[in-house]
Amino acid sequence: MAEFLQQVVGGLAAGSIYASLALALVLIYRATDVINFAQGEMATFTTFVAWSLMNRGVDYWPAFALTLAIAFAFGVGVQRALIRPVENKPEIVVVIVTIGLLIALNGLTGWIWGAEVKSFESPFPNTTREIGGVTISTRDLGTLGICFVTVAVLWAFFRFTTVGLALRSSAVNPNAARLLGVRVTWMLALGWGFAAVLGAVAGMMAAPSVFLDPSMMLVVLIYAFAAAVLGGIDSPIGAVVGGLLLGVIVDLLGAYVVSPELRLPTALLVLLVVLIIRPQGLFGHVAVRRV
Amino acid sequence: MPLLELDDVEARYGPVKALHGVSLTVDDGEIVALLGANGAGKTTTLRAISGTVRKSGTLAFAGRSIARRSPESLARAGIAHVPEGRGLFGELSVWENLRMGAYVRGERKTFKQEAPRVLAHFPWLERRKSQQAGTLSGGEQQMLSLARALVSRPRLLMLDEPSLGLAPTVVAELFAIVRKLNADEGMSVLVVEQNANVALDSSARAYVLETGKVAVSGTSDELRRHEGVRKSYLGY
Repeated sequence: MAEFLQQVVGGLAAGSIYASLALALVLIYRATDVINFAQGEMATFTTFVAWSLMNRGVDYWPAFALTLAIAFAFGVGVQRALIRPVENKPEIVVVIVTIGLLIALNGLTGWIWGAEVKSFESPFPNTTREIGGVTISTRDLGTLGICFVTVAVLWAFFRFTTVGLALRSSAVNPNAARLLGVRVTWMLALGWGFAAVLGAVAGMMAAPSVFLDPSMMLVVLIYAFAAAVLGGIDSPIGAVVGGLLLGVIVDLLGAYVVSPELRLPTALLVLLVVLIIRPQGLFGHVAVRRV
Repeated sequence: MPLLELDDVEARYGPVKALHGVSLTVDDGEIVALLGANGAGKTTTLRAISGTVRKSGTLAFAGRSIARRSPESLARAGIAHVPEGRGLFGELSVWENLRMGAYVRGERKTFKQEAPRVLAHFPWLERRKSQQAGTLSGGEQQMLSLARALVSRPRLLMLDEPSLGLAPTVVAELFAIVRKLNADEGMSVLVVEQNANVALDSSARAYVLETGKVAVSGTSDELRRHEGVRKSYLGY
């Protein structure tokens, strides 16, 4: 039983990383109506920025905060420079732009920082602690905590501030928001900024265990896709629940049922099953199209 | 000087021309109706004014040209456009929708000031504040959309077919509120309607659009007596 609970906590910790990146995907899906395929590479890029800062002697937490600020500006910049020019084009055009960004960022990251794998320090000690007879890794708890705080702060922003309200309005009905005086394109840019911040958190939390290389978020992004689809691609709550759930499912199956190498295929299986049985996900809206 | 003045305004959707030189005015404190059949250009005229369609010609609001201004800045200038289909945020609550009405003028303070004034006309909104707007009935949605526009205390309110799909009693109630706000606060109104009888009962003047041009205009009484208008739009 203790070992089982340990697996669950480990699954939740990994799941909170998937949840952060899945939430980033959902934010952009709601703002721009497309999946941002470059979300993982954006996260990787900002994690490398954090590595460079730490490499130059900046302490972990100041570097962490600075990286989030840089990620925000980066996300806003990507939307203004690359997405806005094509925002009125068909969705496939926007998707292709994000795929182009994925390739470009992957190359750019390798060009700047080199292709060799780097280690990335974790702010949490590699120790364990006993809670109610269960041995839990401090690092897992820390990861879970950071992701939780990030999501909670974002939630409060969307829920309680005027800009958050305007952002949600712009995502739901951009034309109506414009008539009420909202500068919708800037709201969408803010959405991209927040998504990039979430990605940076996910990247910095994932990097100590997957190690830092230009393609490190590829697998994480696939888990995040599966999590977002599981929760419902248009549902922020769904992304968080889906991420945590997927982390636990994959971890438990990997520990008890299939060999750990089959974790990724398990996630893809979850993705497939959800798409067949419940395409709108756990919390998503059924897309009704009047013909 | 009129509050709103359009002179020879043309508008197009891609290659299709929707307005062929519309000229009209709305005076300060006046209710003006814009009548016409489907496709006559009524909605496009409103969209030209609120900056949501590409157009050419002269458009002035409160003495300043608005030909090149964005919808956001026109909302700030005091034009509230309640669009076709009501333009609600269906997933947001009734209260959040209302709060967005105050966005142009600094949401928090304005909402606190203006909400009681608006809610006096729609007391039920406060009881349903946390309900999702998309789950309201058609009439309630139209009322919410109107209430949201009023929160910004606009100088010009533009309503696009407010009667569409609503029961006659609801339509009467809605127009009664609009007339009261016009009388009490001097808010100018430009209302687009297919239901000409209802619109002419509230408006001082009216324009009839046909294929993107003003075909007939005059006071509401004149139009009621006009034989062509009577036959085509009033049904007697």
